[in-house]
Amino acid sequence: MSDPKIEGYVLKPGFRGMAEDTGSDQTMFKGVHWGKAMMWIFLLSDTFIFSCFLISYMKGRGSTLIDWPNASEVFGLHVFGVEVPLLLIAIMTFVLITSSGTMALAVKYGYEKNRKMCGWLILATAIGGLTFVGMQAFEWSKLIHEGVRPWENPFGAPQFGSFFFMITGFHGTHVSIGVIFLFIYAYKTFKGHYDEGKRGWFTSMKGDYVEIEILGLYWHFVDLVWVFIFAFFYLW
Amino acid sequence: MSEDFNDNKTIQAQSSETISGGGGSGLSPDKDYVRPAEISEQDLYHGHSFITKWVFCQDAKVIGVQYFLLATFTGIIGLILSWLMRLQLGFPELAGFMTAEHYYQFVTMHGMIMVVYFLTALFLGGFGNFLIPLMVGARDMVFPYLNMVSFWMFFVAVGVLLASFFVPGGPTGSGWTLYPPQAILEGTPGSGYGIMLMCISLILFVAGFTMGGLNYLITVLQARTRGMTLMRMPLTVWGIFTATVLAMLAFPALLVGALMMSLDNVLGTSFFMPTILKAGEVLEYGGGSPILFQHLFWFFGHPEVYIVALPAFGIISDLISVHARKNIFGYRMMVWAIVGIGALSFFVWAHHMYVSGMNPWFGFFFATTTLIIAVPTAMKVYNWILTLWRGNIRLNTVMLWCLGFIVTFVNGGITGIFLGNVSVDVPLSDTYFVIAHFHMVMGIAPLMVIMGAVYHWFPLVSGRLLDEKLGKWHFWLTFLGAYSIYFPMHYLGFIGVPRRYFEMYDSPYMTSAVGMNEFISIAAFIVGAAQLILMYNIIKTLKVGKPAGHNPWKACSLEWLTPSVPPEHGNWGDKLPIVHRWAYDFSVPGAKEDFITQTTPPSEVANTEVEKT
Repeated sequence: MSDPKIEGYVLKPGFRGMAEDTGSDQTMFKGVHWGKAMMWIFLLSDTFIFSCFLISYMKGRGSTLIDWPNASEVFGLHVFGVEVPLLLIAIMTFVLITSSGTMALAVKYGYEKNRKMCGWLILATAIGGLTFVGMQAFEWSKLIHEGVRPWENPFGAPQFGSFFFMITGFHGTHVSIGVIFLFIYAYKTFKGHYDEGKRGWFTSMKGDYVEIEILGLYWHFVDLVWVFIFAFFYLW
Repeated sequence: MSEDFNDNKTIQAQSSETISGGGGSGLSPDKDYVRPAEISEQDLYHGHSFITKWVFCQDAKVIGVQYFLLATFTGIIGLILSWLMRLQLGFPELAGFMTAEHYYQFVTMHGMIMVVYFLTALFLGGFGNFLIPLMVGARDMVFPYLNMVSFWMFFVAVGVLLASFFVPGGPTGSGWTLYPPQAILEGTPGSGYGIMLMCISLILFVAGFTMGGLNYLITVLQARTRGMTLMRMPLTVWGIFTATVLAMLAFPALLVGALMMSLDNVLGTSFFMPTILKAGEVLEYGGGSPILFQHLFWFFGHPEVYIVALPAFGIISDLISVHARKNIFGYRMMVWAIVGIGALSFFVWAHHMYVSGMNPWFGFFFATTTLIIAVPTAMKVYNWILTLWRGNIRLNTVMLWCLGFIVTFVNGGITGIFLGNVSVDVPLSDTYFVIAHFHMVMGIAPLMVIMGAVYHWFPLVSGRLLDEKLGKWHFWLTFLGAYSIYFPMHYLGFIGVPRRYFEMYDSPYMTSAVGMNEFISIAAFIVGAAQLILMYNIIKTLKVGKPAGHNPWKACSLEWLTPSVPPEHGNWGDKLPIVHRWAYDFSVPGAKEDFITQTTPPSEVANTEVEKT
């Protein structure tokens, strides 16, 4: 993607190149697919949503009078008679970051038109995401079992439960939507829809391997957000 | 600024080089040269049945009209609510059917409907959808399917909002700002279902708007026609584009606020709820921060003002330029002012919260940023006036609305300077002065633009010209009536009449306001009824109006240059237009006619002194 061929136009490097692209006609981001540009701007908007959530969390945590629960105790796991802090979260984070790797490989094989490899890697990503959601469900049920609720919590400030369930729930919804799309895209890849340019079910637009990269952008974003949630909830 | 008078800027078209959009393979010796197309032809879904053509339609123009009609419908509901409020304030003896609860509910719904579901949807969804593809020379929005879903999400959002009138407890009565804790505490009307439906409706609106907004942004950034650079776009597109950027960054705060509020309401979390004593009993809530909601709300709320105002700025610039037959004064300055106002609007939100108990240094900071916004806005006002100066003004209905807008906007802007200063704001806060200020600046002024735009673009939508005589009646009744409503309100504010009061009670200064309240109410009834003239005008015109033909206003911009009027799906027939200049080549010395369309190649207007754009 570094050197798209556009007739009569030479992409120049640096600030001058950026200024010239901006000042040119037709497109501002030369050679960038519409859907890809759309996903970037959507992610910018989504970043603001998660920022609002996390800033509200900081404010809520800062202004509550009751002590905040100790993260390493609340999120600890009792394995083989030993208390291991943050064990589950470490595995969850590992799985999610790994799925980002498989997604990046899927994009690469997609552009190489390696249909089989691309499909398997998308499927692997989807399974990684599903594992993540499953482990999150396990963590939620563990906390609920221990008496943590959105409106109360035995370990300290009730806002802990509210913010935890709201923000990880919102992120988990993002992951789940991603997983659904990953399964659909894996199906479409195996069926060869992107090779033939078969029209979509809803939009009736022609399929193209760039769609996998667009979904990949979303998936990497969801991972990145998780890193922030991880830092703010589990390490603070 | 001085560049506009610099002779070097005007070039002889005969000897000029055509600008090829920069970065190209060098300039061609052919002066009509425009870089070849780099985007392949857009793949469009053409509807065949009535449902795919007019209901679930993917044509941006139809979606624009759908947005316009639905927004107008909700706007009329908002208007009727304001009538009921004015009836209570002016003639309480005639409004026996209204309780204080009803009044608060009407205040809330009137505010929310007018700001979000009427003005935002109408400017961005209505004008944005109709005008952006036509003005940048695209066949349609870049994601037509998403665009269609955007409208139907808006439809559902309106449905949920209006459903709150019919649930137990009625709609929420917490004021359009929905401040917690009172928004979800018993005693406030609609504290159960009403506020819940309001939050759901707002979340749906934001989701739907995001789909539309992505379309507007990518269409402007990535789907312009050949020769259409960003600095050749009409200011309408610039205004809508920048407003959409603001919306994409500001609506997230509203979404988060609405979500947290509904969790407080439904699940009993305490995001915004402090420890509260009610009738001697401590409620289950505790530990939350009501100020947090105010920050989230106004981080959305202040950019929202500019989401409404920036498209209005853009549209009015085009209308003034076309009807004064003069290029817009300082086009680049206008563009940068729009962008600058948009950027600044994210740093002023807490000026809505001077009395909510902030650190005084916060007030100092936000007062400073607020007053800085006066600089780019004043630049725009001067540029509109300088565009009119020595122009060949056609005093038709559209121009009247433009002039009305400038006057109203200056008026509302100046009272804004009062309210932006902390020490002046504190005594004026929550009085009718505030009501007068924001109705002038973001109610009446954008409404004038909408009216002007309707008279201007109706021929493009329907192919017929609206009746001028009825239009002038409509303008003068609305303009004078609106001033009769809001001018006295400044005075009411100065004598200290508080806003959001159901009745004025017996205190001496409030009894002195009774006569004025009656006068304002009568004016409000007349202005509301005057809008029927427009409706009659539209219905009459659709039946027997004068055919407009192509380009009735002799404008330069692309939307008037479609092969058929009204434009068909796909807009441009077989070939996309090729743009050679900006949209403001009016009264060019040496040209045959007083306008040169954007598609006219330089070779056709040899020996004229066109601006280099």
